[in-house]
Amino acid sequence: MATGPQTATTADSGAASAALDRLIACPTCDLVYTVPDLASLDRAVCARCHTVLIAPRRKAGKQLIALALTVLILIVAACLFPFLSIGAGGVTQNASILSTALAFSGTFSILSVAVLFFIVVIPAARLCLLIYVLTPIIRDKPPAPFARDAFALSEALLPWAMAEIFAIGCAVALVKLSDMADVVFGPAAWIFAILVVLVVATDSLMCRYSIWKSLET
Amino acid sequence: MEVAGDLRTAREMGLVACRQCMRVSPRGAETCPRCGGALASRDETSLQKVWAWWLLGLACYVPANLYPMLETRTLVSTQSDTIVGGAIDLAHHGAYGVAAIILIASVAIPMAKFIALAGLALGVRYGPQLSEARRHLLYEVVEYIGRWSMIDVFVVAILSSLVQLQALASITPGRASLFFALSVIFTMLSARSFDSRLIWDSDSGAQEHSPAPGQPQEDLTA
Repeated sequence: MATGPQTATTADSGAASAALDRLIACPTCDLVYTVPDLASLDRAVCARCHTVLIAPRRKAGKQLIALALTVLILIVAACLFPFLSIGAGGVTQNASILSTALAFSGTFSILSVAVLFFIVVIPAARLCLLIYVLTPIIRDKPPAPFARDAFALSEALLPWAMAEIFAIGCAVALVKLSDMADVVFGPAAWIFAILVVLVVATDSLMCRYSIWKSLET
Repeated sequence: MEVAGDLRTAREMGLVACRQCMRVSPRGAETCPRCGGALASRDETSLQKVWAWWLLGLACYVPANLYPMLETRTLVSTQSDTIVGGAIDLAHHGAYGVAAIILIASVAIPMAKFIALAGLALGVRYGPQLSEARRHLLYEVVEYIGRWSMIDVFVVAILSSLVQLQALASITPGRASLFFALSVIFTMLSARSFDSRLIWDSDSGAQEHSPAPGQPQEDLTA
């Protein structure tokens, strides 16, 4: 243990900046750590609040791009096919994502737009941004223009991408209707099921620290 | 990760941490050199923003419960149900399980979110009644659960697009669905405005800690 008052605050040279570069602070509780050797590291967790700080994975970039592309294609496919259909008394009715979003049209058009954004536009935009940011990195090229802004935006959009919540909503609607009418899963329902798993996988695979670090020029 | 020694916060070390990419910068820096994000040791307006969104959320939650969530038209009847009314109706029909789930998901959890957020904000302002770890857990739960409340709005949307069986039965969304969605969005914004680092600032009078003895990050003195 060294002694003496803070020396880092007063020093403003390049050496101090390099020293700071080797420190990280937990975004949740502000505790400062020295970045360990990333190669030998499985994951680094904050000792106080247990937030996962660093979780590098080899080839995570390629896997992330692959997952993001898959989810993107699935979202497009899920828009085209009906995900539930019911039949009662000889009448059948399908529900697709578009018809669901438009259910609020009329007096609640704002809600229609919001629902469409939450379940299609924002998730798709987030994945596009992620692909845009990661593609140059995995090819060992310099970061794409505005890559930092793109990744920051993608992170800011994260809580508003609700495709997986909508998928669970389908299951709830199914339970509610099952005693009233015959409810049948459409092709998009299965797409949604896969989507939930892939979205969770994408988030657990992503190490924010590693991506920010590689975007640093 | 090494956890030996007494760890200190960026603020105690006279540094500012970036919440986005975790880099630390000298106090006074305004943008993060790694990610370009705005830096602030603590979000000074955090509690104001929390309360503003909190009030908006609560204001929308009241009409969300007073207006009907769903309007069901069948051959014989037209029925409009509020959230609680629908659950009571289900319970009368003997579906106690579903009624309980609706009451928990649409009433108990939103109320708990309002109380938890208010508790967190009051704890920072007037001194906490719970330990840091407890309050942190509370914050994590509120932050995680927030977006899942939107499921109610999605279910209303799915039901009303699906149940359009001409004269037989049709479901249309009620006015409450809009207020409920707004309430969820405002509560999410309230939770996100809360600077979780404020929870830990009361940790054993950390702020009064003199910076003199013990320098756990040996690299800094080099």
